[in-house]
Amino acid sequence: MTTAWYITAAITLVSTLMVITRHYPVHALLYLNVSLISLALLFYLMGAHFAALLQIIIYAGAIMVLFIFVIMLLNLGQETATQEKRWLKPKVWIGPCLLALILLVQFTYSLSLSKGETYINNVVEPKAVALSLFQSYMIGVQLAALLLMAAVVGAAHIGRHKRTNVHRFLQHKPDES
Amino acid sequence: MTTASIDNVLLLAGLLFTIGVAGVMMRKNIFFMLLSVEIMLNAAGLAFIAAGSHWGQPDGQVMFIFILAMAAAEVSIGLSLILQIYHLHKSLDIDNLKEMNG
Repeated sequence: MTTAWYITAAITLVSTLMVITRHYPVHALLYLNVSLISLALLFYLMGAHFAALLQIIIYAGAIMVLFIFVIMLLNLGQETATQEKRWLKPKVWIGPCLLALILLVQFTYSLSLSKGETYINNVVEPKAVALSLFQSYMIGVQLAALLLMAAVVGAAHIGRHKRTNVHRFLQHKPDES
Repeated sequence: MTTASIDNVLLLAGLLFTIGVAGVMMRKNIFFMLLSVEIMLNAAGLAFIAAGSHWGQPDGQVMFIFILAMAAAEVSIGLSLILQIYHLHKSLDIDNLKEMNG
């Protein structure tokens, strides 16, 4: 089981690295999908079965479909890829990568200070998750519902196109009034 | 079912988060920046799940569900903003948004 965990972690890391280095948006999206599914397998191996299911259904299923629709609507293809190839020069990405690497080294150092190896071997049942979610975290569920509704209304408002009036008397010009 | 030590899981989450941060900083296309933000949210979710599984408590998975809801809201708003930006500027370059003077 430990070997499976390390193999899946390696797949996650490699596919996530491929996401931020690809030129084509569709290729990056496919690698992100692989990364999400391997993360779901990691969740399953760590005993969080319900979270693994949610990861596959919502992330790899629903959110990825949203991204694919945007790629289709905007027709991001060869043109974007050549543009990305022009933008992604070592002069551009070497600085941010170095800074992020410094942060990672600090994080690794603070992890190495922890004493003792403790292994994860607890399976958390979905029943316990549901009981905790709908008893002690009830207010959080309601706030999440509020957030989702605000997001739907906001997306519908932002994504709306301005309708142009054809008739000249119906055109609204605020600077003349 | 023994998998891995908590240190290794947190190290993996840190690596994923660092990749996401680097992606946000080195990309100029706003679409790829949104993808990198998704990577960072996933890393945070992994840390939550690992902690919840380590202590045998359901709170980690509850927090992961909240992160999932937040990611869905963020993606819907972000993608509609991307559509509007593309219709205004015919480009996804964030340097074109300088005129917002934000």
